[in-house]
Amino acid sequence: MKKSLLFPDFTVIRDPDKCIQCEVCVRQCAFDAHSFDKAANKVETDASKCVSCLRCATMCPTGALTVSEYQQNIRKNKNWTDKQIKELYKQAETGGILLTGMGTDKDYKIIWDHILLDAAQVTNPSIDPLREPMELRTYLGSKPDKIQLKIKNEKLKIEKPLSTFYSPLTKLPPQLKLETPILFSAMSYGAISLNTMRALARASDECGIFYNTGEGGLPKELYKYGKNTIVQVASGRFGVDPDYLDVAAAVEIKVGQGAKPGIGGHLPGEKVTDEISQTRMIPTGTDALSPAPHHDIYSIEDLSQLIYSIKEATEYKKPISVKVAAVHNIAAIASGIVRAGADIVAIDGLRGGTGAAPTRIRDNVGIPIELAIAAVDSRLRGEGIRNRASIIAAGGFRNSADVVKAIALGADAVYIGTAALVAMGCHLCQKCYTGKCNWGIATQDPYLVKRLNPEIASRRLVNLIKAWSHEIKEIMGGMGINAVESLRGNRLRLRGFDLHENELKILDIKPAGESM
Amino acid sequence: MGCSIAGIIDEKGNRFSGEKIICAIKKMYLRANGLGGGFAGYGIYPGNKDDFCFHIIYNDEPVQKNTENYLKHDFEIVKGEPIPTRTVKSIVNRPLLWRYFLHVKDEIKKQFYEMTEEDIVMRSVMKINGAQTGAYVISSGKNMGIFKGVGYAADIGEFYKLEEYSGYCWLAHDRFPTNTPGWWGGAHPFGLLNFSIVHNGEISSYGINKRYLEEFGYQLTLHTDSEAILYLFDLLLRKHKLPMSLAHKILCPPLWSEIEKMPADEKKFYETLRIIYGSALINGPSAIIVSDGKRMFGFTDRIKLRPLVAARNGSKFYLASEECAIQEVCPLKKGDVFFPKVGEPAIGSLG
Amino acid sequence: MKKIYFKEEYCMACRLCEIACLVAHSKSKKIIKAYKEEFPGLTPRLIIEQKGSLSFAIQCRHCKDAPCVEACITGAMKRDKKTGVVSHDKEKCIGCWMCVMSCPFGVILMDIKEKKVATKCDLCADVGSPACVDACPNEALVYKESEKV
Repeated sequence: MKKSLLFPDFTVIRDPDKCIQCEVCVRQCAFDAHSFDKAANKVETDASKCVSCLRCATMCPTGALTVSEYQQNIRKNKNWTDKQIKELYKQAETGGILLTGMGTDKDYKIIWDHILLDAAQVTNPSIDPLREPMELRTYLGSKPDKIQLKIKNEKLKIEKPLSTFYSPLTKLPPQLKLETPILFSAMSYGAISLNTMRALARASDECGIFYNTGEGGLPKELYKYGKNTIVQVASGRFGVDPDYLDVAAAVEIKVGQGAKPGIGGHLPGEKVTDEISQTRMIPTGTDALSPAPHHDIYSIEDLSQLIYSIKEATEYKKPISVKVAAVHNIAAIASGIVRAGADIVAIDGLRGGTGAAPTRIRDNVGIPIELAIAAVDSRLRGEGIRNRASIIAAGGFRNSADVVKAIALGADAVYIGTAALVAMGCHLCQKCYTGKCNWGIATQDPYLVKRLNPEIASRRLVNLIKAWSHEIKEIMGGMGINAVESLRGNRLRLRGFDLHENELKILDIKPAGESM
Repeated sequence: MGCSIAGIIDEKGNRFSGEKIICAIKKMYLRANGLGGGFAGYGIYPGNKDDFCFHIIYNDEPVQKNTENYLKHDFEIVKGEPIPTRTVKSIVNRPLLWRYFLHVKDEIKKQFYEMTEEDIVMRSVMKINGAQTGAYVISSGKNMGIFKGVGYAADIGEFYKLEEYSGYCWLAHDRFPTNTPGWWGGAHPFGLLNFSIVHNGEISSYGINKRYLEEFGYQLTLHTDSEAILYLFDLLLRKHKLPMSLAHKILCPPLWSEIEKMPADEKKFYETLRIIYGSALINGPSAIIVSDGKRMFGFTDRIKLRPLVAARNGSKFYLASEECAIQEVCPLKKGDVFFPKVGEPAIGSLG
Repeated sequence: MKKIYFKEEYCMACRLCEIACLVAHSKSKKIIKAYKEEFPGLTPRLIIEQKGSLSFAIQCRHCKDAPCVEACITGAMKRDKKTGVVSHDKEKCIGCWMCVMSCPFGVILMDIKEKKVATKCDLCADVGSPACVDACPNEALVYKESEKV
């Protein structure tokens, strides 16, 4: 092997006073960074293999391991940073496209952190969610503009039930009922392990929310969670058959993804195990290729045809979602999607996660979700079609405050992917594409898959959703709002701080300090 | 904001002087701070009861001229005159106050054949108010009018000589503004076509109520959240043709936990209402009196954070922030007074 | 009686259970001290069986019909009729290893340090809940009432 110019990303410090040579680290590292030298009867570490997933450090019973950044004093240069130089070496040595996982780690301004929330003082009492009701229930789907009534009896006495006097003529299109405005993002079987899917499905069931299969099909075992499942129809059409559509609560047509707008997917053949082959309905060991576009959608009218094909196939009983990446023209695209017949538009922003994406695409394509939500919600309202579809926002939601801000900007609900993975143990090492996930999440290796006990993982997910829901209630109570529909699109309760005038204009929020 | 509200309707349609409502609202002066007061009277223009009556406030003459030209384009002006006032020491910086009796020109009706006469009137009101040039149409119904300004309500009533008018239904408001400036157009009641409302409260959901209304062509230009309630009523009652009681269930819906306990049909009905009209929910502390000229409807927010008391005596039905206001104008017997429960409106109807 | 059960599908062969067992049965009960000062001489009382990705931890099953009790010639190995716990009396043990040979699960081990005595899982009788169960990061070991078959 030729000498590589690359130096390691991390350094692993082993405290000799604490290390008991128990080899737990050796057994836990799928990247073979740790090994046991039998002759010397000693554990050794090759830090160049370390990805800083911190599995070893977490599992070490004596806390003997510390992983830190490798400090090699490349001459400081703001333009040619360590990262840039390493990537050049890597490409010079391999001739390949740089691959990565998870959402972008680039230092873009996070608009969420420049939006401030309001609270009630004096003139308007804040509400204590521990004492007063606080409603987060959310319905996703197309809503009619108005209700039409059949009047059974003109004279209404208030004490009597309404339904004895009126009956609604308006039939409500199919809706997804969420007990809290959060869903788990699309993550496909193949990219994540079956245990991870099990955890997501169980937690959704327990929380009264939904998870999304991604494009990898739905393992038969999880059919029992159908009422909490959104199934995807993506460009590869993996695993799509009548049963798959039938069992789901909703169907999502995946056009794009925030981490890699305009890019297809590629699950290498070695990951296509028997189970995945059955679920994806492709031969074992063959590459699973998702083309960049759907080859039957070359324009908006084609999308409309696919939407209505699926509606026909599911007898108009399920809402149809269309997921797109937030790109420059997102407002017009979303409007087209709504007019094409979608009941839900899911928009995935610049910081959306992925199991594998070209680094250059992930780090440079798309727009932040904050601006996308605002632009789309304003556009749909401007056209008077906001009722016709719900908006799910996705892409880097880190905490409940982000969720509240997204809803106030105009989203109906948010998809969380990375946050859910972190709750299950992910340490954001960005090596999902290697299939060697030491946390048992993004892997199909039977030895690694066992590491994620779905009972523990679903408990952690349920806790996360509960905790966020409590926090959302707390924030709403502070604002003097007791139903989430009064928060949705309520941009008056947001203020921009340290934001550019143009950003404020697109977000349609006032700068901090300006009153009503 | 703080504020006091009051309303009286004679359910037999007997007209009575504005003096009564002035007395009622005056009794609650401690709830106001002199930055806005006003009245709405129904049945006050029997001589022109088939014409739309616009009460308009102008900042200056040029604005008045422009606005009148605009009105002449769409309407036949039957009569245009200053609203009579008298000198009251505490009422200062008065704008020009005019009223016009008018009806929509036939050619305009033809041009906008898809619109009702009311739609055309609403369009004109929104255009004038939305232009923000210093002309504000403060009422635009038939056989009714709104009288308001900056000052204590009792002084405003005296200023407009309301004792000289007689109507069968009156609303009143005395203001303690906190979130929004005290100015003539921002005083209550707010009116559009035959609807008028007075509101004691603050709307935490205003941001979304406003954006929702804008989708239906309403322009919210009066710098106060209370305006939204008025347009929501107009939208639900006039445009969506829903009954008043249902509109109330949309603005202040029962909790999901209550809906869950309802029988299947009822549950589905309320669920459908909440799903379709989520953006119309009024959140935040509120006591509201609204009238469309046929009914007077009072209700509070979903957890009753602001006061409202009702009383019925003879043919008259009263609503007020405090019982003392009603006692002031009507000798009440035991059992006349009641306190509307959360989620239940108090209604007085004509006929 | 309460027994330790294993879920092989969640055992990832990290062997933290073994380490916890060793420490729990050490003198100091302190992990670093136990390993550095007492180590050759401590034997874990449970065994991780592993082949490929398949692995699980096994320790004394506290058999109703315990062959080790039958085989013990000194009465060191005995079964408490009330609790059902099979325990081992070090004082009586002479190190004949008959128990080791008769155990169908192979979970009675020879104490390396004291040579002559056998050692086996005691369900951490003095502590309350077994150390291996507490230490398992993946809940592959569960301490619960025995399932009635």
